[in-house]
Amino acid sequence: MQVTSHDQNPPVTSSVRAPLITGGKTYSDVTHDIARHVEGKPTKSWLLSFAASVALLLIGGLAMLVTLWEGIGTWGLNKTVGWAWDITNFVWWVGIGHAGTLISAVLLLFRQRWRMAINRAAEAMTIFAVLCAALFPLIHMGRPWIGLIWVFPLPNTYGSLWVNFNSPLLWDVFAISTYFSVSLVFWYLGLVPDFATIRDRATGIRRKIYGALSLGWDGAAKTWMRHESVSLILAGLATPLVLSVHTIVSFDFATSVIPGWHTTIFPPYFVAGAIFSGFAMVLTLMIITRKVFKLEDYITIGHIELMNIVIIITGSIVGIAYITELFIAWYSGVPGEQYAFLNRISGPYAWAYWIMMTCNVISPQIFWIKKIRTSVVATFVLSIVVNIGMWFERFVIIVTSLHRDYLPSSWAMFYPTIYDIGLYLFTFGLFFSLFFLFAKFFPVINMFEIKSILKSSSEKVNK
Amino acid sequence: MEKDKNFIVGIYEDEDLLKGAVSAVRGSGIKIHEVYTPYPIHGMEDMLGYKRTRLPVAAFFFGLLGTCLALVMQISMLGYDWPVIVGGKDHVALPAFIPVTFEITVLLSAFGMVGVFLVSSNLKPWSQPRIFDIRSTDDRHVLAIDVANNLSVGQDRIKDVLKETGAVEVNDKSFE
Repeated sequence: MQVTSHDQNPPVTSSVRAPLITGGKTYSDVTHDIARHVEGKPTKSWLLSFAASVALLLIGGLAMLVTLWEGIGTWGLNKTVGWAWDITNFVWWVGIGHAGTLISAVLLLFRQRWRMAINRAAEAMTIFAVLCAALFPLIHMGRPWIGLIWVFPLPNTYGSLWVNFNSPLLWDVFAISTYFSVSLVFWYLGLVPDFATIRDRATGIRRKIYGALSLGWDGAAKTWMRHESVSLILAGLATPLVLSVHTIVSFDFATSVIPGWHTTIFPPYFVAGAIFSGFAMVLTLMIITRKVFKLEDYITIGHIELMNIVIIITGSIVGIAYITELFIAWYSGVPGEQYAFLNRISGPYAWAYWIMMTCNVISPQIFWIKKIRTSVVATFVLSIVVNIGMWFERFVIIVTSLHRDYLPSSWAMFYPTIYDIGLYLFTFGLFFSLFFLFAKFFPVINMFEIKSILKSSSEKVNK
Repeated sequence: MEKDKNFIVGIYEDEDLLKGAVSAVRGSGIKIHEVYTPYPIHGMEDMLGYKRTRLPVAAFFFGLLGTCLALVMQISMLGYDWPVIVGGKDHVALPAFIPVTFEITVLLSAFGMVGVFLVSSNLKPWSQPRIFDIRSTDDRHVLAIDVANNLSVGQDRIKDVLKETGAVEVNDKSFE
């Protein structure tokens, strides 16, 4: 198709700014490249990956069954360390989820066009990650089928004795459930026009299914106008929402009086950490997706580089937060606080602390080298390293602050049981199974958004 | 002639041609039924003369409703229905109620607005859209003109205008 001049949005013809879509694509190429994965038979590599994820889900499911049957006594918790892997995994998964909202909402408000190739998959990641996260507090309640009702302010037979709205744990319930449902709606609304595209290419039962999913979308200018308006407002709502979610998660710790937790730096530090780990997970997933589905023309090295720059920034914020924590502990002059941090650095969990420092503070700094941040292999490896580091960050904060409490006679260590490990694996199985299902049956890249920037940001106009 | 039944459909390959066509068609006194595009085209709503959507207003009022409901719920439950002292705080500890108030505000605002959007745009799983040209969700822009609304102009004139403005195809389309 002839690409003519564009009067409303002038083409981005900077020699510094690389094209966002390579390969000289036309509009129907975009449709074809993305919709064909939904339409074709699953490939062998997809089947293998999906089978592996389901296997993990089943193995982890055994740990889940035992936990539900026996109770959380099966975990490695003790009287001193009453919170360990469960809440570590919870915070880790929620944090990972944050990148999806950041990419789709915050980058939309900042008019960053490069988000368009990755926002769909990143939002899917958000939803699945939050689902995995929510499992942990739910199971930790021992009887989730009762707990699920008790966490919401519903009339009950105790008088009614209501939930405690002063508790950050309850704030978490509202934050996580709002975050999950708003993200789901935002994601689905973006999918509707693309479902219509798939509907119009399909026949038979597939046409019926995608027809129902597309809610009768016809692409009328009036509907597009409303759709744009709704997307923009949802982005405006999701931006403070995503900041509130990890702020409230950090309140779970910050509002307590435990040395190492009782710090006002927690909300910004947690939010930065969440974006840091989330972008790393987006990179891990997108590098696999672009390879498996041959989407290198849409998710380019340029996209990877931009995400790596976000990782440098957020990783540096996290690094500064670690150092600030140490400084404030020393400067406060409070012996309990000073001991908590000395114990982190040199106590029995020092190995975890230094893994955290290496993975989160040193490893992202390697991305200052252009050759590394534009290398797919190096990015893939480092994105996993970052998420290992971020898991250890939460472990260090939670377990090292608890294991040596106010009374030396009650000091203890935490050792995970196979059930702790199994549940963590279960969430990995769940996350990847859902992600692979998404990647097969839903368009992984937002087709209509890519088409809307094709004229201004593709290789043709950028030459 | 019956309205909303017989249409003349112009197919365009390029969004800039479509924009020019919309101006030219309206300029020559022809009423446009609707434009169907595979992706949103900025400024199209103004060119078609659509009023700005009031969905943001809906979002605001649903949000306000959320704020009020959340505050009333928390204050009535913990302040009056079953007051319990927690951590030495007042029964009505407003700062502690802010997080939940914020979340419920966002939740109602988002769901209310999306609900209004779905209803006003008739988007529901069992909706059967009228498809003027199946390629309009792929790579073609469709400009639909209701013949019954433009009886004074005449069908041939409409087709000529569409062709002059760069339509690659001009088709007749009827719906039962």
